[in-house]
Amino acid sequence: MVKVFIYPSNSLILSDLIDRFGHEPLAVMREVGKKIRTAGLDSPPINITPEDPKIGLKYAAVEVPSGVRGRMALLGPLLEEAEAAVIVMEPDIGFGCMGCARTNELVNFLVRTKDIPILELDYPRTEENAKAFVHMIHDFLDGLGKGDE
Amino acid sequence: MNDDDIISKMIVLHSTFTLPSDLVIRIYESKADITVKETCFGLIIEGKRSVVDEVAREMRAIDPNRIFIKERGVPPGDPHRCRVGRGGGPKPGFHQHEIEFPFLPYITSALEEIERGEGKGTKMTRSLPIHIEKFKDIIEKEVAQFK
Repeated sequence: MVKVFIYPSNSLILSDLIDRFGHEPLAVMREVGKKIRTAGLDSPPINITPEDPKIGLKYAAVEVPSGVRGRMALLGPLLEEAEAAVIVMEPDIGFGCMGCARTNELVNFLVRTKDIPILELDYPRTEENAKAFVHMIHDFLDGLGKGDE
Repeated sequence: MNDDDIISKMIVLHSTFTLPSDLVIRIYESKADITVKETCFGLIIEGKRSVVDEVAREMRAIDPNRIFIKERGVPPGDPHRCRVGRGGGPKPGFHQHEIEFPFLPYITSALEEIERGEGKGTKMTRSLPIHIEKFKDIIEKEVAQFK
């Protein structure tokens, strides 16, 4: 099983396909879930703990807007775990954790600096492209094998 | 990742013959120790990671190409997400689903093709931006028509 980072990180289709083809999707929902279930936060995941800015500072400098650093506290640990990535270029819509264009640029940049296999795709707009989208992800994940385990 | 962590998963149905109630009954039959919420798109299940993963696998097996599953950050009925406390409006996360939902039938037919062993090596046709020189030619041709 290979840990596959997905972008947009809240995508149902990407998360499902990677899980379905036998790998582990690294999605932001997992990190949000940890925050939600941490006792002591008034309004998770909007609140952050004193530890979060430190995690965010690893990826973005102190003068970078706090929203970027806060989001990187969620996305950064996923990026570090990633052994492969499926990136959908210019997704139509980004809300919530994916709603910050600067964070998304930084995430895309950081994925590319890692020496891991990356599949870049566009969001499908036609039936043919939607089918090809699935086939390309299937072929890519097939090529990853079963990882180290 | 710990097997005892509490997680939630969304089970999204895009089927003409499986209903959320069919899935709920199967979960009750399995006596799995999880919380289930029936929704308009399918189900939300919550419980220990090991149990939720197992139930999700069983649910997918019912209608593999028409059931889509992803992990969800917030538990079912969470006050931060539930519209009762937020005065209505779409839930955060709705917009992403709204974009992806129309493609689910196509994803289903692609998964059926994979099952049949078809479509290997199919590539998407990506529309690349037009080259600047070609764009200049087009402008010059169009402008010349009006001179």
